[in-house]
Amino acid sequence: MTLFQISEPGQAPEPHQQRLAVGIDLGTTNSLVATMRSGSAAVLPDVQGRALLPSIVRYLAGGRVEVGYAAQAHQADDPRSTIASVKRYMGRGLKDVAHAENAPYDFVDAPGMVQIRTAAGVKSPVEVSAEILKVLKLRAEESLGGELAGAVVTVPAYFDDAQRQATKDAARLAGLNVLRLLNEPTAAAIAYGLENSAEGTYAVFDLGGGTFDISVLRLSRGVFEVIATNGDAALGGDDWDQRVFCWIIEEAKLAPLAARDMRLLLVKAREAKEYLTSHAEARITARLSSGEFVDLTLDTETFCRITQHLVQKIIGPARKALRDAGLTVEEVKGVVMVGGATRMPQIQRAAGEFFRRDPLNNLDPDKVVAIGAAMQANVLAGNKPEGEDWLLLDVIPLSLGVETMGGLAERIVPRNSTIPCAKAQEFTTFKDGQTGMSFHVVQGERELVADCRSLARFELKGIPPMVAGAARVLVTFQVDADGLLSVAARESTTGAEAAITVKPSYGLSDGDIERMLRDSFAHAKEDMRARALNEHRVDAQRLIDATRSGLAEDSSLLEAADVKDIEEKIAVLEKALATPYPRAIKVASDALNRATEEFAARRMNASVQRALAGRNVTSLDA
Amino acid sequence: MKNHFELLGLTPAFALETGQLDRSYREIQSRIHPDRFAHAGDAERRASMQLTTQVNEAYRTLRSPVQRAKYLLELNGVDVAFETSTAMPADFLMEQMELRENLEQARDVATLGLLQEDLARDKTAIESRIAEMIDARRDYAGAKDLVRKLMFLERFGEEIAAAHEQLED
Repeated sequence: MTLFQISEPGQAPEPHQQRLAVGIDLGTTNSLVATMRSGSAAVLPDVQGRALLPSIVRYLAGGRVEVGYAAQAHQADDPRSTIASVKRYMGRGLKDVAHAENAPYDFVDAPGMVQIRTAAGVKSPVEVSAEILKVLKLRAEESLGGELAGAVVTVPAYFDDAQRQATKDAARLAGLNVLRLLNEPTAAAIAYGLENSAEGTYAVFDLGGGTFDISVLRLSRGVFEVIATNGDAALGGDDWDQRVFCWIIEEAKLAPLAARDMRLLLVKAREAKEYLTSHAEARITARLSSGEFVDLTLDTETFCRITQHLVQKIIGPARKALRDAGLTVEEVKGVVMVGGATRMPQIQRAAGEFFRRDPLNNLDPDKVVAIGAAMQANVLAGNKPEGEDWLLLDVIPLSLGVETMGGLAERIVPRNSTIPCAKAQEFTTFKDGQTGMSFHVVQGERELVADCRSLARFELKGIPPMVAGAARVLVTFQVDADGLLSVAARESTTGAEAAITVKPSYGLSDGDIERMLRDSFAHAKEDMRARALNEHRVDAQRLIDATRSGLAEDSSLLEAADVKDIEEKIAVLEKALATPYPRAIKVASDALNRATEEFAARRMNASVQRALAGRNVTSLDA
Repeated sequence: MKNHFELLGLTPAFALETGQLDRSYREIQSRIHPDRFAHAGDAERRASMQLTTQVNEAYRTLRSPVQRAKYLLELNGVDVAFETSTAMPADFLMEQMELRENLEQARDVATLGLLQEDLARDKTAIESRIAEMIDARRDYAGAKDLVRKLMFLERFGEEIAAAHEQLED
């Protein structure tokens, strides 16, 4: 395929400077880590050669933690402290969690995000996810023989801001430098598109353990452009397991179950579902703690009947994604199937019937997301192959808005806007002499605030007293390339800067993260200090390298005095780098960053001019 | 700050070759997108995000005929306070009411499809009149009513989409 030619000034690293970067698929059921090695992407297995890491974490009294197969082995005998499918709880309150009554955990209803009481104390889903990520980080570092420069971590495209932020927090807690949060179907599209030199409009159909995404992308000359995305962040293979689980209880007429029996039957339900992928019927046998023996046979017909409503749930989002993209099914060139749950024949059939074509199954549905993430991590780390590059344009999945009078949501950033994006909206006071305003930021497509996801509440204080309607408060929503939102507000008639306080209605504050980091290093203060020092050093070196190559390429954009100023700041930072003081490095880095702000903006503008100049030449040639 | 046309290196006009718009957009993005600066320093990452945000906004605005028309009027000092509908010609308003009655009565996807086809035809007709008014005559004030009509049609399109969704759910 002809890839976009990018002449990126001074960004290509020297050949020997390959930065170690990985892609991580943090899945509901299984997680994987992959990397690019000698030009191709590969999943990194554990020492026993297993690629998948079951996303299961067991907490033992005394603080020891088991992750993966070791934890899986104790699912039934230690159900309360062995956490599976934690992704379903990321960024979610207890009331948002489906089937909480059928999960064998001791949930704690904390403000914002639900927590789980374990043998090692109360844990947040962020902490549990961080344990999985730590294992994958260690696996990658041992396998690659060095420290990771960064990671791309994938999230379901339909994850809202709270779920994305929780994922990024977990990565941070695991000590990963997150290069980007990448949408899972987009990652799959990269892997599929590059391996098959695909061009045209494709749909990626991603049904994982706990989430469902459908993304429509245009692939053209090395540009991957997401046109629309839709899905259900609470629909996945787990729900099929739940249905089989409920069927077992009904058929065997079981009384309310102990936690271990609940987990045992959930495991049996999942095994039966997987067996039915290639068999006409599955036998389910289990010995419960009461001594009762369960022995049932589930045939395909019954299985399809009891899960029919779940299959129906995938059609609505698919139709909405196509409508938002302004396309008909005939215009879709191929349907790429991703996620373990797409192995179910009834899902294959439903997708095939809806899109009126056979789905594409030539990639391993378990690995394709991690592979795509690894490819993107390699690009983001700056290890791009000579002359080969691609551009990814992704979108925000759900509209962002604020609460207005009467509990209605006013849409400010519409869904499927290409990110990064920003929108500013003006608000005014409705009472004479009003000095404060409160904002409630929500995400979702519904008209009533109560039906949308509450993201944050703001208090804008210090507005000078004026008559009603005279104040001009400009609220800016900025969504970054990770799909994460930040909001700023300013009163503009008087020029007075008003104070703003953000209280996330979910998740963790920076203080919480620091506390968790502190706790995890409680027995090793030195470790934490060493880690901070190391992080600052890596960031500082990266900054120096980037600034130097910028100067080499574009110093003509600056006055001689400015060049000198920047060079001096580099020298100061290099001196600081030789010391063991994280603060000193941070201060010198900040100074260099400030000194290069104007330079960075000018270089960005110069890049645009070069792009346009290049285009004019091409159109003359044409 | 550059206006949307300048940013994308295009001559301000309503009639726009979308192929050229797409090409400019992609070539600029391929150089300034935050993915190009994921490993750079804070200053560059911030500059990249800010400029990419502007370019995305410019592209989104120029790609939509109705947004592009509104933007051109704004650039040329024509007030686009479109909120009130009282100043619309009576026959146009009658037509709009009829269309909405038809939409209310539509009970199946096929009828909605027909409404959509009619709408597309009406939009194309108005768009060519807007192009004539703006690009040939440079009569921005004169284009105002046409642009408002186009906005009405745009909203009607959204209502058809919403009706579709209700039928299917």
